[in-house]
Amino acid sequence: MSELPEIFRVLAFVGGIMALVGLNAAFSVWLERKVAGHIQRRIGPKEVGPFGIFQSLADGIKLMSKQLVVPAKADPVLYRLAPALTMITAVMVFVVIPFGPALVARDINIGLLLIFAIASVNVLALLMGGWGSNNKYAVISATRAVSQNVAYEVPMLITVVTMVMIAGSMNLNTIVGQQQNLLQWYIFPWNGSLLLPVSFLIFFVCAMAETNRAPFDLGEAESELVAGFHTEYGGMGFGLFFLGEYGHVFVGCALASILFLGGWQCPFGWLPGIHWLLLKTYLLVFVVMWVRWTYPRTTLYGLLNLSWKVLVPFSLAILVLTAAMLKVF
Amino acid sequence: MTPLLTVEGLAGVVFFGFILLIIFGALVATNAVNLIRAVCGLALCLVGVAGIYYFLQSPFLALMQILIYAGAVCVAIVFAVMLAEPQGVQRLERAHPLAGPGAFAVAALMTWGLAALALRTSWPEAAARVNAGALEDVGRAMMTTFVVSFELISLILLVAILGSLVLARRGRRR
Repeated sequence: MSELPEIFRVLAFVGGIMALVGLNAAFSVWLERKVAGHIQRRIGPKEVGPFGIFQSLADGIKLMSKQLVVPAKADPVLYRLAPALTMITAVMVFVVIPFGPALVARDINIGLLLIFAIASVNVLALLMGGWGSNNKYAVISATRAVSQNVAYEVPMLITVVTMVMIAGSMNLNTIVGQQQNLLQWYIFPWNGSLLLPVSFLIFFVCAMAETNRAPFDLGEAESELVAGFHTEYGGMGFGLFFLGEYGHVFVGCALASILFLGGWQCPFGWLPGIHWLLLKTYLLVFVVMWVRWTYPRTTLYGLLNLSWKVLVPFSLAILVLTAAMLKVF
Repeated sequence: MTPLLTVEGLAGVVFFGFILLIIFGALVATNAVNLIRAVCGLALCLVGVAGIYYFLQSPFLALMQILIYAGAVCVAIVFAVMLAEPQGVQRLERAHPLAGPGAFAVAALMTWGLAALALRTSWPEAAARVNAGALEDVGRAMMTTFVVSFELISLILLVAILGSLVLARRGRRR
């Protein structure tokens, strides 16, 4: 009977992660609308519940009660598969995120690699959705999203390699364990490499671009491409793309806080736990939204030039410098 | 015959699940009506292979398989197809009537050869090779035993990068 608790543990984590992905999307949508509202001197949703907090619930019920329409000339298999694949990748990357010292679904020693491996499949989902819709806007958007994702994966992975070199591990819990208080956070330059703040900035920008968030949301530039790769999607197909997108935003921000801001550790050493990770993550999510509603959308060439001509050389330079510093000191 | 509800039994079910995934993906890849679906079948097949790596206690290889093949190679293929023929669903042309039997014969020959090779080789004991694909072992092997091939691969990649730069430059001047 020794494997029975393991089964229960797995089921509990599956349920918990599903619930977190759903609640995160609901909360993020509400937060996004509130942030957008206040930045544009409106107040955002306010009718459903106090401060409009149940607005996302109402939206969710509306999306779920809609009929699923498959366009007549769309590829029916790819069209239906794409939102599910986005959702699968978004849920799977949560498996290795450490929410607390023991609160991690699967504590494997290559957790960081798993996140990037699974997240890279998400691009395939965008391509399938864009191509399967059989819509010109969707195809243009999908090709844009792919060129953007490929371009930003390079500096992001180089930055992550730098962090792995400093931390000496790909296990996310080990990396968090090394940053016990504010002074040991990897964002500060005295913890391994002089340019760590720049690394954080590169990582954060890449995370924003990878999740197709404004000002890098050329994939769904609504002023030119209607709604991008999900132009033809309605109801819960669209809803799943949204759940997936907010799941990826959460994971990107959680990863930034795990790598650079100490994850579930408290800055002052009190009560480490899940609340600190959520607090740091949602602060970063707030910054992502703040940037989205402050900066206008870039052009495609500006976006690609930023990656290949600025971020890639800088991240490579940081990699070499960090290697040299680790060798010397 | 192990009962299903033990760890070994469940592992066997998972193993056959991956085998089925690989075969299904391969069938989709070869029989699909259009190229994009074929690539998706290929991705499915490669994920199945990654599952087999994971089953063989090499999670590092499994993740690299997903990252490189499903995440990069398949995306590159789909991207190229979409750039080449962005319009609508096109049915693939029917191939030469002899192509099917010919390909089948070649595949059968390959299967027979590989199976004969696999059955005749005296494999090392399984117990000694647990964790052969662990991160540390792969890293150490790359930096010691296989360091020349490792450097050669980076040279090939460098040549590929230079070649693509040259091609792109030539296109720009025109």
